[in-house]
Order: sequence, then structure tokens, then C-alpha cells
Amino acid sequence: MADETTDNSGSKVYLQIDNLTKKFGNFVALDSVSLEVYEGEFVCFLGPSGCGKTTLLRAIAGLDIQTSGTVRQADVDISALPPSERDFGIVFQSYALFPNLTAERNIAFGLENQKLEKSAVAKRVTELLELVGLPDQGPKYPAQLSGGQQQRIALARALATSPGLLLLDEPLSALDAKVRGHLRHEMKALQRRLGVTTVMVTHDQEEALTMADRIVVMDQGVIEQVGTPTNIYREPDTLFVADFIGAMNQIEGHVNGDNSVSVGELSFTSRNHGLAREAPVVAAIRPEDIVPQGMGDYSSSDSNVENSLEVEVEDMEFLGSFWRVSLNNSALGGAALMADMSINAIRSLEVNIGSTIRVKLPADRLWIFPPSASA
Amino acid sequence: MSESATAAAGAAALIKPKTSKDDRIMVGFILVICLYLLITLAFPLYAMLSKSFSTYAFDLTNFEFQVNTGDGWSETFSAAAQNDKVKKFKPEDLVTSSDGRLAPTELFPDFSFRSPTLYKLRQVRGDTSYLFKTDRVDDTDWHEYSSNDFRRIVLRASADTGLDNFRTYFSTPALFRSIENSLFISILSTIITVSLAFGFAYAINRSTMRFKGLFKLIAMIPILVPSLLPGIALVYLFGNQGMIKGMLMGESIYGPIGIVIGSVFFTFPHALIIITTALAISDGRLYEAATALRASRWRTFWTVTIPGARYGLISAAFVVFNLVITDFGLPKVIGGQYNMLAVDIYKQVIGQQNFEMGAVVSVVLLIPALMAFGIDRYVQKKQVAQLSARSVPYVPKPHKPFDRICLGYCSLIAIFIVGLIAVCQYAALIKFWPYNLSLSLDNYNFKVMDGGGWDSYTNSIQLGLFTALAGTIIVFIGAYMVEKTNGFFATRSAFQFLAMMPMAIPGMVLGLAYIFFFNNPDNPLNPIYGTLAILVICSVTHFYTVSHLTAVTALKQMDREFESVAASLKQPFHKLLSKVTVPVCLPSILDISIYLFVNAMTTVSAVIFLYSPDTTLASVAVLNMDDAGDVAPAAAMGMMIFYTNVAARLIHQFVSRKLVRRTQAWRGT
Ligand SMILES: Nc1ncnc2c1ncn2[C@@H]1O[C@H](COP(=O)(O)OP(=O)(O)O)[C@@H](O)[C@H]1O
Ligand SMILES: [Mg+2]
Repeated sequence: MADETTDNSGSKVYLQIDNLTKKFGNFVALDSVSLEVYEGEFVCFLGPSGCGKTTLLRAIAGLDIQTSGTVRQADVDISALPPSERDFGIVFQSYALFPNLTAERNIAFGLENQKLEKSAVAKRVTELLELVGLPDQGPKYPAQLSGGQQQRIALARALATSPGLLLLDEPLSALDAKVRGHLRHEMKALQRRLGVTTVMVTHDQEEALTMADRIVVMDQGVIEQVGTPTNIYREPDTLFVADFIGAMNQIEGHVNGDNSVSVGELSFTSRNHGLAREAPVVAAIRPEDIVPQGMGDYSSSDSNVENSLEVEVEDMEFLGSFWRVSLNNSALGGAALMADMSINAIRSLEVNIGSTIRVKLPADRLWIFPPSASA
Repeated sequence: MSESATAAAGAAALIKPKTSKDDRIMVGFILVICLYLLITLAFPLYAMLSKSFSTYAFDLTNFEFQVNTGDGWSETFSAAAQNDKVKKFKPEDLVTSSDGRLAPTELFPDFSFRSPTLYKLRQVRGDTSYLFKTDRVDDTDWHEYSSNDFRRIVLRASADTGLDNFRTYFSTPALFRSIENSLFISILSTIITVSLAFGFAYAINRSTMRFKGLFKLIAMIPILVPSLLPGIALVYLFGNQGMIKGMLMGESIYGPIGIVIGSVFFTFPHALIIITTALAISDGRLYEAATALRASRWRTFWTVTIPGARYGLISAAFVVFNLVITDFGLPKVIGGQYNMLAVDIYKQVIGQQNFEMGAVVSVVLLIPALMAFGIDRYVQKKQVAQLSARSVPYVPKPHKPFDRICLGYCSLIAIFIVGLIAVCQYAALIKFWPYNLSLSLDNYNFKVMDGGGWDSYTNSIQLGLFTALAGTIIVFIGAYMVEKTNGFFATRSAFQFLAMMPMAIPGMVLGLAYIFFFNNPDNPLNPIYGTLAILVICSVTHFYTVSHLTAVTALKQMDREFESVAASLKQPFHKLLSKVTVPVCLPSILDISIYLFVNAMTTVSAVIFLYSPDTTLASVAVLNMDDAGDVAPAAAMGMMIFYTNVAARLIHQFVSRKLVRRTQAWRGT
């Protein structure tokens, strides 16, 4: 599953997972998962709830050791080691801060009895408090701190012993949206500054897209795709990835050529797909990739432009920075198309509910996937 | 997907996780505490069970004689043949207990120790024995004795296993009638206690009457005294020379009436705690809905309150039933000729020294106790599910007439409880009821009484303190290890099971089991028999379950990931335990220790078989003084236990508050 478009030449593999399988009784939570994480990289496990993200993270930490498969960290096989013999720091969704210890004593917990002088411990704690931007909050108990502050103390505690690997299990999901947005940037900046290899679990695609160097998209115990955020977004490998990340129009159709698909009575040129003729497929295009006639590279008034069609505007929804327009063409067999259009485009093309416009579905943005097994 | 996974996992080598040092230490602790529970609970119970199936009888066919009256040795003849000839023993006479003895001279009607007759004796098989003077003979050789020596021989019974003891039990009406009596008393007391406690809990939960705090406090008093204390108070009130004897209209307090009244007294707080909890968790929104539907108070009661509290009621019923049927002190003091199972055990063992029969009665007593325990556990599981779905607490609104009824009702109960204690106090202070009513402290001069004097009191305090200390440590460590280790599923399940068992074992049964197990000279632990240590061990084990559950509840409220965090920071578990877990759980730890102290101070049943002249206890002294007719000093000693427990509670509260203020500053700011 290595991703060719990601340039990791020069980076060393820090964490290597091979054929990792985890079963709970008969239930297979992880099915032969393989993955490489490079030194200094920020990787996100992204997927719907219950897909096995936490299970994979806990296997890496040794908290719930896998049924089979290996984990290597810094060229050492750690597959069977208990957590105390591995090298990582961890932040849980609940933060698991010790309630009866102050913030600074929480941070110092891992530094004590490491043959460090008291003053050295104190110095390190101060340093960490500054690092997470809470220099004055040391003497407070967790209950006296806000959720965001608690999260940062938990992060400081995990970083205190300078672990080689930082594991984060949904560290932001207990916070409200505003704090979350702010902390995303802070955490990302901090990680970049320290250069610590980081694995974060999240079910929030926006979080993954904004924070990760690479995203590992998971579903039902397997990895669907690994890639950079843009790569995952622009070049989804599977219908699941296309559907899970961002918005995607999905129209059922049939293959009628190597790079051609028929939908309803219409036929479109698509990306290459290599599927057999007549196979049922799903044609997919992102709303922002649909181009209305008169905008961008579709300025021609020629009605025979490839993949263009006449559509009626059924509905319009204003989403702040753009409009989401619902388009219909009876020849599509009843499927509606969602298109995102700039405010500018709406104004200059005089788009209104009920008006008819022409749009183009650029062939290189039109994906063809086999229908998903569960559909 | 799952098919390919199976294939892949089948092909790939399975990972065998390496255990960490901490894991091994923690499992080591679990195993040690498992071993403790095996030795102090499972093995003794096994010893008792096998005792109940051990039968002893004289096997006359195994002994053979030859007699020489001066004209040479006779033919060999067996003792059985001789018995048939002289028709001395009937078969039932040959059934005996482990230390039954039979003199062979009894088989020779014209035996005289002065005669010159010689006797030879041998055993056919080596599985019997006889005593000559104090020597034990168990070989199969012929031994020759003069008449004078022959009279110094006794045959010993040989052991067998079988149901004979149970057969004897069920064919002795005086014994098996106790089953009926015990069930009758327990069921009747249960109905009364649960009804009264429900009314009390209802008044406290659903009314806005005054003095709620005071009522709750008074309702807890019976926990602080031995169960036999209300018996003494009842004797003073309704006994042969009772103060208000006439109120019984000729009925005797000695018997069912006294046992039931006393049982209601001492089980009341236990029922109240459970029912109050059940009422407190029922959903306030249901009541709002009922009010909105204009349902009457009466209808709301039957359609909302009772169904909501049903698990609590059932649970309370089984707990009370179990307390009553296993209680020994109360029926001993006030039961008169009315036999109950727990008292039968005492009578068989102490009165008749028939240990096998004591074991049989114990087994019989175990059955209803185990059943009540099992049903209670089942119901409690259900109740937990209900609790997690709880929502809005009910807030009562003032309602004058209803509040007044509640106040009146609770006052009556409070008078009953305080009244009985007050009678005891009065009895303890009176010189000589009913002839000399002047007050004095003479009855507190335990030095001159049977029962061990003031030593009993100090022994009890020691027992309470050691039980609280050792018990709290063992229980908390056990609960911590079983809650916070990963893996080792079988070990942990075994431990969980062992930890629940003590609740099902009546104190009398445990005590008797200890005799069988620890008093066995072959047991390397035999030296602790008769010491304070065995009393401490017995008390810790007897009260293990409730303490364990308290600790587990507290531990479950801690974040499950603390251990993960500590491991990732390379900190040993004992650092987490001492710096975080124990401080956070301190209130519960103190609760466990006061529970153990109070119970060790008041228990009679668990220790009645185990104290020695050096380790007499206050609670046992109450019983023994009462038995000896020193009822007033018994009341005085009972009151000493009461004062001590009140003081212990006050200290506990004070210390808790102080510690909580100091170590729990992090709670609510
Ligand atoms: N200890 C466990 N026992 C049984 N099943 C588990 C256990 N832990 C997780 N699972 C199951 O494994 C699947 C993956 O869980 P998890 O990794 O926690 O998902 P998520 O991706 O939401 O973090 C879920 O279906 C969950 O029910
Ligand atoms: Mg998860």
C-alpha cells in the first residue's frame, strides 16, 4: 500500500507494522494491517467509529498486544513487549490526568525516580509548561483547569520523558469546536518544532486533513488508503475513501469503455479504470469539480464539449463562502448532482432556482469505482 | 474479510505477549490473596463438609479374642460373635462419634479384674485401633493381657464416609424441626422488617418532614451493637419479671415472639440502607408525569414507586432473611426452648461435643443461606443496570397531612430503637432488678464476673483494630490487583469468585469449619488455634465480601487509563498506587476499615467457637454472662460495645473529614 506520490526519500522508517491482526474472540478487529511511519512524521488514523483505529494504536503501545503480526520501532522488534518496555508517550481522549496531583506534579510523574535532581525536574516541568503555553497553571489541580488546558497538560506529561513516539487517541474530540480548531494548529506546530514521530487517532476528517503529514484511512479493520491529505482528497483509491473524505456525488452507471461510463441515457468520459465492460459501477465527482459553462476553463459556448450537459437548478443552499446547487437532468435517471459554485459564478451566470444551465464534468475529475460491497 | 483474516492469522506466528515485571508482581499478589482465601475459607469449609459425611462406628468383626481361664486357650472368636451371644449392644449403640470408646470388658458379663483369666486380643485388619492405657495399638498381632490389664483396654471407633449423619439428623425430630422454625422466624422477620424499613425509607425520601437527619442516625444504631443486645432488653421488658410483661397478654417473650422482635431490631438498618438507595435512584420524571396525569398519590405509589423499588425490596428481603437465619446470639438469649439451626450448631458442638452433627446442621444451614445469597446477587446485577439509566432525582414537595403521618411513623420506629437501647442502659445501671432500683456502676465491674472481665473488652478492641488494619490492606490490595491487571483471566475470575463466597457463609459455619481445619494437629497452621490471630483471620474472611465490593466500586470510578499512562512513563504500579489510587480512594478505604472494626466488635457467631481463655471477647462475654444469669452485667458489656462503636464512628468521621480536607483538595473547588 505504499504511496508513490508521497516523497519520503531521505526519511528513515521509524515504525514498521507488518501483517498485524487483532482478534477479540472470533471478531477480527484488525485484519493483516501493514504500515510504515517515517521518523518525525505526523500520521493520522482516520476512519468511522469502530473501524479499529484505537485497537491499532493500543497494539503499537503494547496496551492490547496483537494476535499476530509484528511491530518494529527504531529497528527493534517490539511486538511482544509490555508497554513499560516500549518508548512512547500517550494522550487519551479522557486525558487520564491524576486528579489529586497538580498540573506540575502530573507532568513530573514520569520524571521522578529517574535519577534526576529535584531542581532538574522542576526545570523540565517549567520548560514543558511553557512549551504547551500554560506557564502559570502549574499549581492548579486538573479539576480547576478547562478542557483545553487539561489536554495540554496531558500532552506535556506525555512529552516529559522525551519519548521517541507520541501516541494520541482522539485528543481533541472532548473539546468544543472553537478550542479544537485552535488546539489543532498549536499541536501541529509543537509537533513540528519537536520533530517527534506522532500517531494520532481521529474520526474527524477535517482534523486529519489539517494536521497530518500523511493520513491512514481505515475501515472495518483494514487500511483503505495511505497518503498525504491532498493525495487522499484528490486521488481516492476506493469509493469508501472518496465517500468518507469530503463531499462526493455518486451516480450509479455501467462501464461502456476503458475510460467511459454510461449513466442513465448519457455517456461520459472518465478516468481510466480497467473495469470490465457492462460492469455496474459508481461514477463519482466532487461538487467543487463540476464547472458551470462560462467559468474557469469552460468558457466556450459550444454545446458539444466533452462531458457537458444541460441541467435544471432544483435547489440552492448558501454555505457562506459558496453555494451548493442541486442540479437535475432527467436523462441521468433521477440522480441529482450537487455542485459547489462561487458567489461570483452564481452572480455572473444569474443562477436561480428553476433556471437551466450547462455544466461540465471534467473527465480527469470523474472517478469510476466498483460499487461498495455493502451497498 | 474474516475468512482471509483467519487464514492470515493461521499462517502468521501468534504473538505471545511478554509480561512485565509489574504484571508478574501483581498476579503474584492476586495468587497470595487467593491462597489466603483458600486457606481461610475453602479448605476449612471442605474440612467441615467431609466431617459431616464422616461416620464413626465400632467395627466388632475386626476384633478377635482368645480366653484362657487356666485350662488352655479357647478357640478364636470375634467380638461381634461375643456380642451376639451376650446380647449386650444393639446396632445403634455401636454408632458413635470420632472419640467414642468401647471397653471390651463389657462383652464379658463375668469379667473380674482380680481373676487369673488371661485374654488375647488381635485385629483382623489394620484399619482399626484400640488403646491400652494410653498406647495406641493398630497392628494385627495377637497381644496377651492379664485381667487387670484387660480392663484398661478400650476399642476405638473406625471411620467411614456416608450419609448416616444426615439420616440420623432427619430421623431426630428435635433436630429437623429447627429447619421449620428457622424458616418460619426468618420469613416472618423478613416481611416485618422490609415493610417497616420501606415505610421509613419512603417517609425520608418522599416527604418534607423535619428531623430526617436525626431519624437516619437513629436507624443506624442497631448496627453498632451485637444482635443479642435487643434480646436482653426484651427480657427486661417482657421477661418473667419484665417491666411491661402484661402487654404480652400471657404470651412468653422467650421464643418466637422475642426472636422476631429482636430480629426486626437488628436487621432494620441493613434493609433501610438498601431500600433507601433503591428509592433514591428512581426517576423523578416518572412522578412528574404521574402528577401531570392527575394520578392519585395512592395510584402513583402502586404504579411508579413500588415497581421502581422492586429490586431494592427483593434484595433487602434476601439480605434480612440471611441475617436472621444465620444469627445465633439472639435466639440463644431469648429463644428459650425454641430451637433454631444456628443455635443447634452451638448446642451440638459445645453442649454435646458432637462435631459431626454440628457439621451436618451447618450443611443444612448453608443451603437456605446460599440460596438467599444467589438470588440477592442476581437481583443486584439487575439493579445496577437500572442505576446506570437513572436520570432526574425526585424532589418531594411539602404536603402537610402526609408529612405529619411520616413524622409520626418515623417517631414510632425511632422510639422502638432508642427504647430498646435505653432499656439496656437502664438495666446496666440498676443494682438489682427488680428489687433494688438504685443506680450504680457495679455491673460494669466485670472483674468479678464470668466471661473474662475487662480483658474481654480490651481483646475485642484489639480484634477490631487488627481486623480493620489487616482486613483493609488485604481487601484493598486484592481489589486493586484484580481490577487493574490485564490478562490472567482465569486467575482473576477465580479470585472474584472466592471474594464473593464469604457473604454466603454463615458465621457459625465458618467458625466450626475453622475448628475442623485449624485444630487438626497435622495442619502446620495449627499453632494459631486459640490465639488472637485466628480470630482476626476469621473476622477478616467473614466480612470480606462487603469490604471487597466497596473497594471495587471505588476503584471502578477511577480512569482505566491511569495504569496505561504510568506504564508509558515507566513508573512502577506501586508508585501509582501510593501516589494516586490510595489517596483518591481514601474515603472508601476509611469506610472499609470502620465497617470491619464495628463488625469485629459486635460479631458473636463467627468467633464463638474460636476464642480461648486468653482471647475472650466482649461480645462473647455478653453471651456467657447472660447464660450464667448475670444479665445486668451482660447488658453493661453490651453497652460498652455500643459506646466503643459510637466513639469509633465519631473518630472515623473526624479523621475522614480532616484527611479529605487535606488530601482531597482537588475535589470540587
Ligand atoms: N476489548 C475488546 N473486546 C472486544 N471487542 C473490542 C474490544 N476493543 C475493541 N473492540 C471492538 O473492536 C472494534 C474496533 O474498536 P476500536 O479500535 O476501539 O474502534 P475505533 O476505530 O472507534 O477506535 C470495535 O468493533 C470494538 O467493538
Ligand atoms: Mg477509538
